[in-house]
Amino acid sequence: MNKLVNSLREAIELSGLTDGMTVSFHHHLRNGDFVLNMVLDQIAQMGIGNLQVNASSLFDCHLPILEHIRKGVVSGLQANYISAGPGRAISQGILEKPVQFRTHGGRPRDIALGNTPIDVAFIAAPASDPMGNCTGKYGKSACGSLGYAMADAMYAKKVVVITDTLMDYPLQDFSIPESYVDYVVCVDAIGDPSGIVSGTTQITRDPVGLVMASHAAKVIEASGLLKDGFSFQTGAGGASLAAAKFLKEIMLKKNIQGSFGLGGITGYMVDMLEAGCFRNLLDVQCFDLKAVESLRNDPRHMEISAMHYAAPAVRSSVVDNLDVVILGATEIDTDFNVNVHTDSNGYIMGGSGGHSDVAAGSQLCMIIAPLFRARLPIITDRVNCISTPGKDVDVLVTQGGIAVNPKNKELKARLTDAGLPIIDIHRLKENTEKITGIPKKITKGTRPVAEVLSREGQIQDIIYCIGKQE
Amino acid sequence: MRRSLLFLPGNNPNMLMNGSCLGADAIIFDLEDAVSPAEKDAARILVRNTMTYLNFGSYQRIVRINATDTAFWKLDLDFVMPQKPDMILLPKTSTPKDVLLADAYMTKLEERLGFDTNTVALMPLIETALGVENAFAIATATPRVQALFLGAEDLTADLQCTRTKEGKEIAYARSRLVMAARAAGIDVYDTPFTDVNDEEGLVTDAVYAKELGFSGKSAISPRHVEQINHIFSPSPEEIAYAYEVLTAIEDAVKQGKGAIALRGKMIDAPIVSRAKQTVAMAEALGFSQEVLE
Repeated sequence: MNKLVNSLREAIELSGLTDGMTVSFHHHLRNGDFVLNMVLDQIAQMGIGNLQVNASSLFDCHLPILEHIRKGVVSGLQANYISAGPGRAISQGILEKPVQFRTHGGRPRDIALGNTPIDVAFIAAPASDPMGNCTGKYGKSACGSLGYAMADAMYAKKVVVITDTLMDYPLQDFSIPESYVDYVVCVDAIGDPSGIVSGTTQITRDPVGLVMASHAAKVIEASGLLKDGFSFQTGAGGASLAAAKFLKEIMLKKNIQGSFGLGGITGYMVDMLEAGCFRNLLDVQCFDLKAVESLRNDPRHMEISAMHYAAPAVRSSVVDNLDVVILGATEIDTDFNVNVHTDSNGYIMGGSGGHSDVAAGSQLCMIIAPLFRARLPIITDRVNCISTPGKDVDVLVTQGGIAVNPKNKELKARLTDAGLPIIDIHRLKENTEKITGIPKKITKGTRPVAEVLSREGQIQDIIYCIGKQE
Repeated sequence: MRRSLLFLPGNNPNMLMNGSCLGADAIIFDLEDAVSPAEKDAARILVRNTMTYLNFGSYQRIVRINATDTAFWKLDLDFVMPQKPDMILLPKTSTPKDVLLADAYMTKLEERLGFDTNTVALMPLIETALGVENAFAIATATPRVQALFLGAEDLTADLQCTRTKEGKEIAYARSRLVMAARAAGIDVYDTPFTDVNDEEGLVTDAVYAKELGFSGKSAISPRHVEQINHIFSPSPEEIAYAYEVLTAIEDAVKQGKGAIALRGKMIDAPIVSRAKQTVAMAEALGFSQEVLE
């Protein structure tokens, strides 16, 4: 049996792809990905159209998809995150059919349940053998974990692995086994390493970010959750990393060993593993080279699928065992609803990713956000889009104080006893508006451009068109 | 209590808006060196509005106006005095005359605004050789002067020497200012440590300033604030000892004893006075005897 085909065109022909079918992609190559553009260009050349694209995320490197949308090659889109470049065109109404936004946990769940069937999955694999045993740990475009691609591989009708590093059979330490793979294509390059992972992730030097990070670490310390067996997730943003640094110092000083660090993994989480702060890292995505190297070499650092990471309604997923998560927000309202889909002007510039999954699963969901960005206040009466419902958010940490969701009375009492600067979220909003003023409400159009689905698959909010209409 | 005094450029809205969150005991809104002549008017408006609309809580508000030999200083005071800053930092103060000039204008403004005289204190910034020589006369020129402030950058230019991290060139000025201020019964603040990335250097410099007798230290970077606060706060051991001293004195009074000893050392008036200062500072910082126990 020979799965290795000579060209991408041949693989697409063999897959049986025709008009109107659904193709899928993962985003582990992030803003350095060549595969999505390469595949759609080839499909366009073959005259196939009206395709539905199910991509775990779209980045600015995927801007060529807009041309395929204009020409009718692509007519529908599902994603967990869409960056500002393609997001702006979508907000302006480039697609007739609204985009469906899912969460990192909701996407594999819907794939597995057959709610979003995939006809052909195109899996960018930094290393593969000719039979399709593949991984992200090796190769010139190594990205580490392939967690988001696993559901696609398991459930798509046809699976095409695209690699630029062909290894001898059998590839040891594979992430996706050959049993799911139909065809393998070797190309010159699947991505630009500089856009795939950053060299190092930097801790913020911004004084305001450091103030927030210091508050965040103290909140965790006072929450009652920081004890042996503690589990933790944080983002790759500067203030989140600084919070992890302060937390690491507290854990080492108090000799606390946590059970696991979760999520998108940075070098800083690897440092915490190596310093003994955690027994394991559970990794659905690597953010930098240090994380990739650790996943490759350290058996305590384990790759997990998006389903295992965050899917609701499966037998269990890791988020349900998570103690504390630190997340960001573009906006948060006085009911603690968080927006990470649109900017303050209503344009799409992100998506939930795992935001609402970990918020729902964790015992303590902390949002870190400055009170204002540029001149716009972050706390509003009602967010432009509900990405994560306020019922799942416990506390907001800002440079001007810490607001605790009134539903969590015990946490408020603990933080107050610890002498932390607790403030009502309405007061915090008023204090900020004294500085920034109250911004004018944005004018939204009437045509929906995206549906935001909850992690259970229900429509949670709708994003409407804005600005210049296409 | 002013352990740390953080300079914020008067023309930087982002820094001004976040000033109250940076942990400093006092913020110095700078209208002088940080602001180019073309931006003086904008900075005045920004600083005035910041003080009007931002709640600084327990933080003290200090404004560094321009020197009395410029065309700006009176306008600076016109803009900021209605907001009742805690202090005005008066740069290039070399003689008591400079102080009296500012004092007279501030008194006039206070009358116009219906404030009591000396509502707003004055802190001369000593940054010339002449200023150092006149330190005690400046400190006692008017009751409005409540602290002295050493500015080493301009001073070393005036001394025609190089400013170093070790600071040997300002050793005399530091001691002289501490002596003058303490003789006048007022506070005294040390010059900022200007290498924002050298935390070790900052610690050495701030510890030295505390050992000389400075009340606190200024900073040009928010990243220095926490260390300065830490160094100028009493340690738990110092606080515990201070409480012990005060308790021993109380017991002695009850028992009608005259002189008493603690840990083999006589407790005299200066020790009691220092213990009272330490306890006052500890309580302002939220410590108490119960917390320590």
